[in-house]
Amino acid sequence: MRQGPLRCQMLQNPLRSPTACVTVGTTVPPQKESALAYALQQLINGISLGMIYGLIAVGYTMVYGIIGMINFAHGDIFMVGAFVALIAITLLTSSDLMGGPAAIILVLAISMVFTALYGWTVERVAYRPLRGSFRLAPLISAIGMSIVLQNFVQVSQGARVKPLEPQVQGGIELMRDGNFVVQLSYMQMLIIGSTLAVLAVFTWLVTQTALGRAMRACEQDRRMASLLGINTDRTISLAFVIGASLAAVAGTLYLLRYGIADFFMGFIVGVKAFTAAVLGGIGSLPGAVLGGLLIGLIETFWSAYFSVQYKDVAAFSILVLTLIFLPTGLLGRQEVEKV
Amino acid sequence: MPGTMLEVEGLATGYGAVEALKGVSLHVDKGEIVTLIGANGAGKSTLLMSICGDPRARTGRILLDGQDITAKPTHEIMRSGVAQSPEGRRIFPRMSVLENLILGAQAAGQDPAPQLPKVFALFPRLEERQSQRGGTLSGGEQQMLAIGRALMSRPRLLLLDEPSLGLAPLISRQIFAAIRELNEREGLTVLLVEQNANQALRLAHRGYVLVTGRITMSGSGAELLARPEIRDAYLGGGH
Repeated sequence: MRQGPLRCQMLQNPLRSPTACVTVGTTVPPQKESALAYALQQLINGISLGMIYGLIAVGYTMVYGIIGMINFAHGDIFMVGAFVALIAITLLTSSDLMGGPAAIILVLAISMVFTALYGWTVERVAYRPLRGSFRLAPLISAIGMSIVLQNFVQVSQGARVKPLEPQVQGGIELMRDGNFVVQLSYMQMLIIGSTLAVLAVFTWLVTQTALGRAMRACEQDRRMASLLGINTDRTISLAFVIGASLAAVAGTLYLLRYGIADFFMGFIVGVKAFTAAVLGGIGSLPGAVLGGLLIGLIETFWSAYFSVQYKDVAAFSILVLTLIFLPTGLLGRQEVEKV
Repeated sequence: MPGTMLEVEGLATGYGAVEALKGVSLHVDKGEIVTLIGANGAGKSTLLMSICGDPRARTGRILLDGQDITAKPTHEIMRSGVAQSPEGRRIFPRMSVLENLILGAQAAGQDPAPQLPKVFALFPRLEERQSQRGGTLSGGEQQMLAIGRALMSRPRLLLLDEPSLGLAPLISRQIFAAIRELNEREGLTVLLVEQNANQALRLAHRGYVLVTGRITMSGSGAELLARPEIRDAYLGGGH
């Protein structure tokens, strides 16, 4: 149990076990007296991982809220976001522009724009023609879209895992206990900072603007929304665009954090983010963020104290338990308000 | 036809295999209150919804102020000066009263600021409850909100679906008084669907009777009130 961090460092492929390499503080296993410091480090790691899940979960829950379907291609949109960022970083590096916060922000922006385009296209091509069809049709179409995106990236970018050199290195030492160092890396600061910034803009958009009001109207009563003059097709498209750009931020941060991307990376991360959305209460936006944080923390602490190999089992057991005992999630509402 | 706000010609529509309207023709002149009375399931609500393009007309034409709107998408119709307070009120339950009203204007591309004081003046109750969630209002308040929300887009034609349904007589009289006031002061054109035929015919300039998807009778409010078959079928007191 105490050798957690050591084992983490030795794992070859961090993609299959993202939290395995999160213990950046030290390779020395913590002594008994540094248990608190060790836990604090896990907390920091768990929160930064959870924020990435939260960003993706918002996309699941938003689309579910408006059109009542699970967009199974959303995890792959996240993957596309990581690849767009990878291409952007490669191009910037080759023209000697990479480095510094401005470049990172530029990469985030590029990824958001292109990935949003993918999100919009997926809805336009695969879901809109099926609106008004039977309930399962868009769901099946979503699974198809997921396979299409994976194969498209596999063919166009190659099937191999793409490595990326660390772009953001170093950090600050928060505390030292014995020989265990609790560290907040600049990368983690970037994850937490940009997630908070993006979510703040998103919250403002949903609660304060005419567009957000239109989105909430579509979520609560789509027929009435169009009866007031809202172009519901356009509003749904925008929900996909916004969800995809949040997933692009998550994909970019994930790529920068773990330094790899492959065409299949969207699957496991996507299912975990979906679990987060269900845990938080599908349809609830704050619930998605809360669920993401919880899944990130549970996964990290499980890896740190029990077993890295079983961390996905832990995360998906949460999905099963939530569906059995708390089907409406933590912040979800019971379906009684339907008029 | 000058002076005609709404012209419906031979409108037939329905849901799936069920034909709810079987060739309805009617017109509403500018500045008129016209009521449509009929029993449950006669197709009254379908007619109002079909004017808004949902469900779409299968045959027939709908003209708004001389313009053919039959094939227009719903949101465009609602942006060209039509507003509806629909069956069941359909308030957004998890938005505040104020947000429901603001949405009524913004969704139709209008600025809510000039219209909001007018709606509050008409229904002072809504101003008191403006920060309350729509879903927590009483039935009467929800009805006021549904009408207020429709008025926020400054419509030329207001479609009202059973504004008195389920309301205490006092509140329903208040709502009818508000409709009359809007018509007389602002010249608002109203098409009103009602089961409460007595009150509706007293308020309206003209009326139509709809029976299982067909117009069977029409005339001025007073004329229809005096017809014995109307008295028997719709004014029998049992409502």
